[in-house]
Amino acid sequence: MRTSAERSFARRAQQALADSTLRAAVRKAQERFRTGKRNAEAELGHWEAWRRLGEAIRRHTIENLDFYLEQLADNVEKNGGTVVFAATEREAVDYVVQVAREEGARRVVKSKSMVSEELHLNRALEALGVDVVETDLGEYIIQLAGEPPSHIIAPSIHKNRRQIAELFSRVAGEALPDDTPSLTRFARRQLRRAFLEADIGITGCNFAVAETGTIVLVSNEGNARLTTTLPRVHIAIMGAERIVPTWDDLDVMLHLLPRSATGQKITSYVTAISGPRRAQDADGPEAFHLVIVDNGRLDILGTAYQDVLHCIRCGACLNVCPVYRHIGGHAYGSVYSGPIGKVLTPLLGGMDEWHELPHASSLCAACSEACPVRIPLHELLIEHRTEQVTRGTRPWAERWAFRLYRWVVTRPALYRRAVRWARRLLAPLADGEGKVRVQIGPLKGWTAQRDLPLPARQSFLDWWEEEGRKEAARQHEPRTEGEGRDGERSA
Amino acid sequence: MRVALFVTCLIDAFFPEVAKSAVRVLRRHGVEVDVPRTQTCCGQPAYNSGYREEAREVAKQLIRAFDGSACVVTPSGSCAAMVRCEYPRLFADDPEWRPRAEALAAKTYEFSEFLVNVLGVEDPGVTFPARATVHASCHMTRGLGVKDEPLCLLKRVKGLELCPLPYREDCCGFGGTFAVKMAGISAAMADEKIDHIEETEAEVLIGSDMGCLWHLGGRLSRRGKPLRVLHVAQVLDGGRE
Ligand code: SF4
Repeated sequence: MRTSAERSFARRAQQALADSTLRAAVRKAQERFRTGKRNAEAELGHWEAWRRLGEAIRRHTIENLDFYLEQLADNVEKNGGTVVFAATEREAVDYVVQVAREEGARRVVKSKSMVSEELHLNRALEALGVDVVETDLGEYIIQLAGEPPSHIIAPSIHKNRRQIAELFSRVAGEALPDDTPSLTRFARRQLRRAFLEADIGITGCNFAVAETGTIVLVSNEGNARLTTTLPRVHIAIMGAERIVPTWDDLDVMLHLLPRSATGQKITSYVTAISGPRRAQDADGPEAFHLVIVDNGRLDILGTAYQDVLHCIRCGACLNVCPVYRHIGGHAYGSVYSGPIGKVLTPLLGGMDEWHELPHASSLCAACSEACPVRIPLHELLIEHRTEQVTRGTRPWAERWAFRLYRWVVTRPALYRRAVRWARRLLAPLADGEGKVRVQIGPLKGWTAQRDLPLPARQSFLDWWEEEGRKEAARQHEPRTEGEGRDGERSA
Repeated sequence: MRVALFVTCLIDAFFPEVAKSAVRVLRRHGVEVDVPRTQTCCGQPAYNSGYREEAREVAKQLIRAFDGSACVVTPSGSCAAMVRCEYPRLFADDPEWRPRAEALAAKTYEFSEFLVNVLGVEDPGVTFPARATVHASCHMTRGLGVKDEPLCLLKRVKGLELCPLPYREDCCGFGGTFAVKMAGISAAMADEKIDHIEETEAEVLIGSDMGCLWHLGGRLSRRGKPLRVLHVAQVLDGGRE
């Protein structure tokens, strides 16, 4: 899960904020994706209805996950494939390594798979002496750079063309021009060779259709198709939740996924694989393995976070997230970045290790609004925060601050006094313009970046009360005079 | 018509002039304004930080404060969203408080929403000559679903030239305690927002949430930028500060 040696989120974020190249690249890509998505939604029409349908299908599937997992496994086996259920990262990696060993594999080609990143699969295969080549262009780029992906669907989103040309030039041993056609031509040549020499092809799985035991891959470069047809063996790795019950359900998902991810109506390739090559097939692998990975997912069932299993990994939440825009994917330190990463990583990787992530959000809810299957991501972040509080893992200063806050604001008279005191306490710290700029104590979080105006001389509630008194006095006065006169008269 | 004003703690302590403007505007439209004395805070800081028990106690205080009011208006999209969207959830398992929370949620309105949708104000009948742009706060637009109401009103203010804000829906980076806990990221978000505001060449920034404006105003001031920052209520009050 962890992708960075730097363990502090704050420091990773700080580094990212200082990297203007990174921020420019991310902003540009995000812009392209989110505009594309908005246009695609409008073009399809009834987007909210589509989202509700998507949500309903995902909910039904996850609520009946045991049934569909079994149905899927049965059907894959009927089609001649082998199914393994890996409870942990270890089990999943061990299985793939074992297949590689049994097949005497020297070379492996991979098409993009986030689960394999989660499992750090490449590392294990390379340790075995297997040559692993990522064939998705973005993945290929970051593999050369020795970096983890920084986006669910666009792993090298943080790199610009010049940086990519430098990487490719290193491999080519000559300076390559940094125009896109030259760069893709170079990558295509390199990858073509890898495809032809590979013994095993490893893919992820966008959706697994339970009713027929079919793995569906959604891609744009055709690399997934080559990965699943040229090598002798195909291993597909899927998160246990990536199931759709039927082809009709898949149809809905295929309406939602490409539009949400890249703003495309449909991707260039949608590849459906039901097992290894049959006698009458022209091509395809001799053996097909499906590795279904739990790795903490099933523990989420039945908890307040169950909806997170509805995720179809479209990346839309990343593409609208302002925090992601400014720090990019690597700063999250986890394979899964952005809003979905903030919710999912602590669940899969443990809250103790990932306690900072749920706080890296202004709760603007742009993610929840963008999510094609309506996962209430920002609410789940609050849920995480609440759990931290309940488990007593928050810093004592914060716990006391909120205890004090509650004590004061549930006592109106005390609250009114506290408001008056706030100005008295802050006034000596203010400059001539009445702004507090000093960065000390609890003020620092605010004043390090912004000026703090002093509280008003008179709070609104105090003013209102004073107005009320004045008003009463005004109404009272003439009557007092009248009474006086009456009194005189009666005297 | 008689409404109770929920001032919000931030406006009460830091920006009383916003609430004064809100009172004047409401009165001008024939509404009698009440200000229950025992109101304090809606509990949002605690709720968003995960202190649900604290949030519940604070919420009860607010529910009690407005028990006697038929209609509650607040010049804060964020606090209105807290009351309307989160209160019923906060007390979902509490048979005693749930109906009271739901009752408050049902009678609470954000200021511009109340003027447009309840009072049916079309022409605010005010002049404010300025070139301005409007910040849409996240909790108000996405949480409460109040998007166009402030613009409906502002469009009819005489002399006010409204410049559309690019990336209007993007967060300004306030986020309550987020602004303090993740100050660097929060400031980067503010700076991006400020860049977009500057693109409009507006001289006034108008908003419906003093949280956002407190943060943006503080950042503007830190960066030495002389933009005027006003709440919608102040603009509808002729720009009084
Ligand atoms: S949480 Fe929603 S928006 Fe984010 S990747 Fe998953 S499906 Fe897409």
